[in-house]
Formats: sequence, C-alpha cells, structure tokens
Amino acid sequence: MLEKADQIFVLLLHWLVSFLPSNWQHVASVVLCVATIVLLYPALFAIAVLLERKGLGRMQNRYGPNRAGPFGILQPVADGIKSLTKEDIVPFRADALVHFMAPLVLVVAVFMGFAVMPMGRNMVLVDLDASLLFFFAMGASTELSIFMAGWSSRNKYSLLGAMRAVAQMISYEVPLLLSSVVIVMMTGSLSLVKIVEAQNHYSWGLPHWYVFTPWGLAGFVMFVIASMAETNRSPFDLPEGESEIVAGYFTEYSGFKFALFFLGEYVGMFGIAGLGTTLFLGGWSAPFAFLGWVPSWIWFFAKVMAWICFFIWVRGTMPRLRQDQLMNFAWKFVLPMTLVNLMVAALWRFMGEGLLRWAVCSVIVVVAYAAMGRVEMRRGHLGPRSYRYAE
Amino acid sequence: MLGEGLLKGLAETARNFAGSYVSKERLTTVQYPEERVAPIEAARVFPFLVYDGADWEAGLRCVACQICEKECPPKCIYIEKSKDKKPDYVGKPQIYPARFDIDVSVCMSCQICVEVCPFEAIKMDTEFELATQDRFGGLLHDRKQLAKSNEYFHAIHPTEAAEVDARLDEEKAKVEAKAKAAAEAAAAKAAAGAAPAAPPAAKPAEKPAGGGE
Repeated sequence: MLEKADQIFVLLLHWLVSFLPSNWQHVASVVLCVATIVLLYPALFAIAVLLERKGLGRMQNRYGPNRAGPFGILQPVADGIKSLTKEDIVPFRADALVHFMAPLVLVVAVFMGFAVMPMGRNMVLVDLDASLLFFFAMGASTELSIFMAGWSSRNKYSLLGAMRAVAQMISYEVPLLLSSVVIVMMTGSLSLVKIVEAQNHYSWGLPHWYVFTPWGLAGFVMFVIASMAETNRSPFDLPEGESEIVAGYFTEYSGFKFALFFLGEYVGMFGIAGLGTTLFLGGWSAPFAFLGWVPSWIWFFAKVMAWICFFIWVRGTMPRLRQDQLMNFAWKFVLPMTLVNLMVAALWRFMGEGLLRWAVCSVIVVVAYAAMGRVEMRRGHLGPRSYRYAE
Repeated sequence: MLGEGLLKGLAETARNFAGSYVSKERLTTVQYPEERVAPIEAARVFPFLVYDGADWEAGLRCVACQICEKECPPKCIYIEKSKDKKPDYVGKPQIYPARFDIDVSVCMSCQICVEVCPFEAIKMDTEFELATQDRFGGLLHDRKQLAKSNEYFHAIHPTEAAEVDARLDEEKAKVEAKAKAAAEAAAAKAAAGAAPAAPPAAKPAEKPAGGGE
C-alpha cells in the first residue's frame, strides 16, 4: 500500500498509457509527463507568490494580502486575471521579434531543467548520464533571454538591467558550478538520479546527505548564495533594482509577457532549489530512516518549498547589494571558498574513513572561512556598509 | 566573524514573523473600510465654503472677491460674481458668488486659497472619500456641495474654528462700536441742530468691512 503511494504517479502514468496502442505509448507517456511538469510548477508558483507576499508582510508586521478570498488565498488568481487583462505594449522602436521571444526563451529554458530532475523514486523524465551538466546548460541560457529582453526594449533602464544581470549571472555561475563539482567528485557521476541514490542510505537512523559533511556544508552555503544570485533574488536583485532602474530588464514588458517573466523567475527558483535539494539535501530521500514510509515525492517538494521559504526569509531581511560589493563578494570570497572546498573534498576522498578526516576537513573549512572573511572585512570589501556622499 | 550581522538580521525578521501572529499590537495596520482611524484634527484634504446660520445660501461668508481664484496654483477654482447684493455677517450688503466651482481632480490641496481669503470663507475639510463614478461632473463640486456649516467646521477643526470665531466676533464688535459711536455723534450733531447729519454717519461704518472691495 505504502509502496503504491510512493509510486502513485508512476503507476497512474502506466495505467493511462496502457489504453493506447503500444507504438504510441512512449510518446504519450512523455507528453503526459511534460504536461504534468508544465502545469505543476505554475501551480507551485502561485502558492510561492502567496507565501512570499504573506510572509514578507508578516516580517514587516503587516497582514499581507487578505482581501481576495478567505485569508487572501485567491490573491494569485486575482493577480493572474489582472495581468492577463492588461494591455500588451510593445515600444515603438523596440525590436518586436526579439522583444516577443525573450519571455518565451526564459520560460522554455527554466522548464527544460526539470526534465532531468528526480522528483521522487523513479520519477524522472529523462535519466541522462550528464543531467547535472544539462541542467547548468539550461540554467545558463536564461542569461540569453534576459539580455534579449534588455536589448530589444531599446530602453536605457532595460539595457542597464540586462547588463547587470549578465555580469552578475556569469560571475555567480562560476561558484555555482564549482560548489556542485564537489558532489560530482564524491559520487563519481553527473547523473542526478545516481547522486540522490548515493545519499539515500542511513547509519543510526540518520541520512548520508552531503550537507552533513564539512565540504558538503561549505559547498551548500556557497551554493545557496550563488543560487540566490543566479535567480536574481534579493539581496542580489540588482538587475531589477526597482529603486534604481525602474524594473531592470523587464521595464518595457506588460500584461502577459510580464507575467511570463515573473513565472520564469519563480520557476527558475524552483529549479535551482530542486537542484540544491538533489545535490546536498538528499533529493527525495527521507530525513530519518524511520520516516522512510512517507512517499518520496512529498519529501522532494517539502524540501523545495522549505528552500523557497528560506529565500523569502532572506528577501525580507537583507538590503540590496551595490554592484562593487556584489562583484567583490563573488570573486574575492565565494570563488576562493569554493576552490578551497574542492581541495577539502579531495582530501576527504583520499584520507579514508575515520574521525581524523572529519577533524582535518572541518578545521580547514572553518579556518579558511574565518581568515578570508577577516581579510576581506579589514580591506573593506565585505562587512558593514559605509557610504561616502559627494560633498 | 563574517556573516554575524546576516544571522542577527535573520533572527530579527524571524522574531517579527512569529511575533505578528502572537501579539496584536505589532500589527499597526488599520483595515480601512471596516475600521477607521480616529479623525485627525490636523488633516487638510480639500477646501469647503463656510456658512453661518441655518440657510447655506444666505449664510455664505464668501463675497466673491476672487482672490482665491487668482491665487490658486493649478487654477481649479471658478467664481462668477452675483449681480445683486446680500448682507454679510455684519449686516453690510455684499455681492456673493453666483457660481463657485472647485475641480477635485485638479485641486492639489495646497491650502493657498485658505491662506489668502480675507473673509475666513474658505477652509480645509477632512473628508477624503471623494471618489465618484462620474469622472467629469462628479469631480466638479459646485457651491452647494462645497457649502458646509460653521458647526461642521467646529466639529472637524475645533481649535482653528474657535480662533476664527474669536477674530470675527472682535471685528463685528469693532464695527458695531464704531457704528454706535458714529450714531451717537450724529445724534449729538442732530441735537445741536446741524441739518446734514445723515451722510457722514454711514461712512465710518463702511470702512472696516470694506476690505474686499
């Protein structure tokens, strides 16, 4: 029975396609899976938007939206209807084709990442051998769409936003990749399915998630930071800094195209959260051995939503970085830390079992973090902000 | 150590998040259509015309001097003078506004009309729900809509209204005293036997109230 609950979607799919002739079954199952993903994540997007607006409100001691429906739960519906009924404006001198294509490219790219994401036991659309590489390739192509949007709008603010976005995303792509490379070093595989399976065993009831190792924890922290920057989330939301450049790269978008950008941003967040969950938090595996009976897909989505809640929490807390602080942080702190972490992971790999490698690796990570933070804070690259105004 | 401030900040927002569910005094939001804040005396929203007594048309203090119309920065006031005259608060015949319109959509609530009015005839209201279904006619308030009683003025801005009333009473008393003195002088002159007493008796009474002419 519990086995069935775990595999309910897989069984449902098999049951549905069994009505079709055998030479159609493969195509039909792929189409069904894609349709599910394309419908599921916008639904999660609606929930996340509501959570974000209510959560941010509470963090600022407000109620948040509470007018549409009981407790404001119909707010996403109202937002959706509003954005659908708004006029779709294309600037007179804009490059109409590129302007039209940009949101589509973004949405397609962010959805492609889910093709290789294991969302539960046996629940992966394509089990690629190099699925991690595929995910990063798709993630990197969102930069293209953002630059398309900024360039084609023929607007200074859009272009500034796009330039900021590209600079930021390329800078943080490096630590994002390097912080996930440690996982590949340990697992010896680029396949996300294999990475989850490598973490899905327990000793004394506790899981072998990579986050519970010194190099895993360091990599996890760096990954979280880089993923926030990669999805243009606050405090790294310079590309759309509304107090500086109107709305950044989507200044000239309205109506449904704007909604698509919004959707793309959130689905990108789910994607990166799903990847982080898969790499560091054991994907769909249960956090304790005795909770193994809970269906695996529940764990995956619970972890993703927890990750989203953390993003919201951070957004409610931290102010936006300045451009030079952003770049200093990426190149002078996060990147060196990920390189140190690579070394630590290698050491861990070749020191063999035992408490010694725990002690050595932990000490190296902590000392590197503290020393690098101290140096950077003394130089004024990191730490509390100071402002000098023009006299 | 690096990141301490970030953790402190996260703890603070977490405290706010949890606290807003526990303690009601954290939430300062007033849920407007159902709840309202208590009226604020210092609120200044949109001008209205003050009238004395029960009849708004007879009691309007405005004498259609058009100073406010000329001073209004966005030019949202439109005044038409009357052909005839009606007595003002001291009993002197004055012209009155046959038309007095203010466009809500143009008014910027700067209160300059109130400051320039020599007759304490135009004051600021606290009424802010001026939205209407008709965006042309509905937003152009005529003198009937603008006229509000002195009692209403006392209710919304008690301090200012008391000051205004004191000033007007003082002026009225001065006028009355002067008229009385003039009448006495005229009576004395008449008693003395001088024949042309009537024209100079009317003259001094005219002076203090004649500022608008």
